[in-house]
This record gives sequence, structure tokens and C-alpha cells, in this order.
Amino acid sequence: MYDKQVRRRRAVLALLVVVSLILLTLYFGESPSSPLHAIQRGVIQVLSPIQEGASRALKPARDLFGWFGDTLDAKKERDQLRDQRDALLRRAIEYEVAMRQNAELRALVDLQDDPSVEAYEKVTTRIIARSPNNLFRDTMQVAAGRSDGVAVGDAVIADGGLVGHVSTVSSGTAVVTLITDQRSTVAVRVLNGGNRADLGLLKPSVGDPLDLLVQLLPRRAPIREGDFVVTAGLRGGRLESLYPPNIPVGRVSRADPVELDAEQQVHVAPLADLRHLEFVQILTGPARADGERAQTP
Amino acid sequence: MSVGVNDSWQLPLRLAALGFLAVVVQIAAISQITVFGVSVDVAPLLVASVGLLAGSLPGAVFGFGVGLLVDLALVQTLGVTSLLYIAIGYAAGRLRELRDPAHGLVPVAVGAAATAVATIGFALMQFLLGVDAPVSWLLLRHVVVTILLGALLALPVDALVRRIVQGSLPDDPRRRRRRAYTTGGLSPLSRPSADR
Repeated sequence: MYDKQVRRRRAVLALLVVVSLILLTLYFGESPSSPLHAIQRGVIQVLSPIQEGASRALKPARDLFGWFGDTLDAKKERDQLRDQRDALLRRAIEYEVAMRQNAELRALVDLQDDPSVEAYEKVTTRIIARSPNNLFRDTMQVAAGRSDGVAVGDAVIADGGLVGHVSTVSSGTAVVTLITDQRSTVAVRVLNGGNRADLGLLKPSVGDPLDLLVQLLPRRAPIREGDFVVTAGLRGGRLESLYPPNIPVGRVSRADPVELDAEQQVHVAPLADLRHLEFVQILTGPARADGERAQTP
Repeated sequence: MSVGVNDSWQLPLRLAALGFLAVVVQIAAISQITVFGVSVDVAPLLVASVGLLAGSLPGAVFGFGVGLLVDLALVQTLGVTSLLYIAIGYAAGRLRELRDPAHGLVPVAVGAAATAVATIGFALMQFLLGVDAPVSWLLLRHVVVTILLGALLALPVDALVRRIVQGSLPDDPRRRRRRAYTTGGLSPLSRPSADR
């Protein structure tokens, strides 16, 4: 009797492990249009109304916990914001002058503008689910999908900053991969001092997802703390950017000359408060002339 | 007879409802709460508690189901979380079957171990699946904070699981008593003692 129980237990365990390994292997080798991915999209489609209801119902509890965290950080944040305000005031005056000169020069050479964020249609939507393990995978599910005009690759913004891009879409819901996900890479420019804009690649650092890294920068780039980082929005060539140009991404939080020289990277804090988002905006247009959407970051 | 059939389905039904609700609440609300930059994850704690209460086989099956639901709902690679949660559920169940620990802090230790297996295991699986990320002190700090949070939440999660599952476990004393009444047996209180 005991032997039978032991055999049964081991057999079930082996079966479960084998099924998991088969699922893993099949899923890993499949394309996004294959059956397992289709089942997954079907499941998130079915679960999305339940998740949306749960998200709304549990908002007071979330807010309560958020309030404790916010209170602990409030004083430090206030001092930082005062310093930022003073620095931004000085910069705003410089930019005002630069913008006027820029407009005059553009008119002079008849330069065509890149499509800015304002040129895109925005779908505002609620976040209904979030991945629990934010160490490597950082995704969230939103309550807008294909029926709202959302497509794979659309850029997602919130709080005036970049959040990520749409990685999976079904008719009524979509999954957004955040810029803090280890799979995410964004081509960016560091607006250092207004004189130049060095190109780099933005990636999250492992262990502290809110500390982003801009890598592959020129070794002697004159980057300072507080410099803004915006999307590069590269057009043309084999690898086009998913993101429209000039979406603010973050501010340089640490620019160590030694680190820049040795590893060609600086640290960036995202502008959008990625841990306390309630709503996001998905940029769903404009449609490109050839009818295709960029698929690489 | 029908009572027996109902009894045998009670545990799987309760566990299925518990798993489904827990995953929905986890991804709709709990995941959006961060403490020291770390999201709280109650799913491994839940699986470990079920293993501790119900045994290795229900623990492993529950772990597989919860893991699969998490992978499906979060559009992750199918099978990764299932594999980890099977190990957690089975190991917690074996601990109960072999040692039957009675100390009140056992769920804390098991919760910490379950969180460690889930976090480190997930990281290792991601490395194996091709995520290109350096191992750093920050990563280590993240793992340690996650384990500490798991240990802190283990007791309330265990109490909740115990409350939901209680009464449907095969060797639950209250259930044994109820079964005795329904099958015509006398309760221990009304049974005549040998001295009389």
C-alpha cells in the first residue's frame, strides 16, 4: 500500500515536471503567431475583465500602502525637487533663446520636422495587472487592445516620460513591456548642455530596475548630472526605432567620468513614476507611408 | 456515498478557487506595491503553505497550476514558473510528511526558502533562456530583500491558507469526526467508556 502511494507520488511529480519542460521547450521555440501564444492571448483576453474589476476594487488598499511609502520619501523628494526647480528655471531661459534660434535656422534651411509626440494619436488606458517579479521581467497589462487601435510596437508614455512599448495585443487588452524589463533596449540621446546630443542605448541595471543605464556613449562625452535623456527615434536604415523621437525618458542621476571612460555609461532615473502608475497613454499613430510599423527597438 | 464524493472534491475545489483568486489579486494589486524597490510576491508563499498543509502531491499539483496561470496571465515563457512552483510545493509537502514540524515559526522558514527558490530559480532560468545581464551586488541585494519580505509575509499567508483549506484536508481531525457521525459512528463524547 505504501509502495503504491510512493510510486503514484513519484509518477505524478515526474509527469508535472515533464509537462512543464515540454511547455517551456515548445513555447521557447515558437513564433508569436503559434498555438501556445494564441492560447496565452486568449487567456489574457478572458482574464482582463476580472483583473480590471480586481484592480479597481483593490485600489484603496494599494493607495494605503502607497501612502506609507510616499510619506517616507516625501521630505527627501521635496529637497530634490527644489534643487531641480532652480536648475530648470535657469535652463528654461537658455532653452527659450535656443528654441528661437533653432526655429529661425530651420526656416532658413527648410528642414523637415520629425513626427513629434503631439503628432501621434493617444489612447489613454488603465493598468489592470502587473508582473510580480520585476527583477528581469517587468510587464503590465492595460485595458486597451486591438479594438482601440493598439498594435504591437506602439510606444507607451505616462507622467510626460517614456514607459515602454506594447509587446502583445489581443482585441480588448495589451501587454506593455517596460523600459525596466531586461529585454528592453531604447536608442536615446543625452542632451548634454544643449550643445550636442550623444547617442546611446538605454538598458535597465540588474537589481535596481529604476536605475537605467545609457551605454555605448563616447568616452569623453561632457555629460553632467541632471542632463535630460530623450528617445533618438532613429529613422531610415535597417534598424528603425520603435519610439518616436524626443520623448523624454529620464534625467542623468550619476555621471562618473571614470565609469564613462571605462564602461562608456551613465546612470539615468526615469521621468515617469514607473512604480505608481495608474494610467498610461499609448501612441497609436501616425501610420507610416509604407503601411508597416517598426519592430525593433 | 454522495457525502464521500463531495468530501473528496472539496480540497481540489477549494485549492483551485484559492489559486485563481490569489493569482488575480497578486497581479492586479499586490504586484503594484513595492517595498524598497521590490515587488511583493505571495504566490510562492501560497504554494509552500499548501504543501505544508496538504502534503507533497497536492503541493506539487497546486504549484503547477498556479505557475501555469501566472505564466499565462503575464505572457511569460510557459513552464518556467510551473517548474519552480512544483519544486516548492513538493519540497514543502515532503517536509511535512517526513518531519511533521510543529513549531509556530516553521511557515516563516519555509516561506523564506520558497521565496529564495522562486527568486533565484527565476533568475537562473532567465540566464539559461538567454537574458544578458551582469550579476552584481544590486542583484544580490534585490534577492535578499525579496527573501526577507517573503519571510515577513509567510505567517499571514499561511494563516489565510490554513483557514481556507481547514476542514477539507484528508487527515483533518474535525473532518474525521464529521465523517464518523455521517457514517453512523458515535462521537467520542457519546461513546461509552470502558470503565463504566
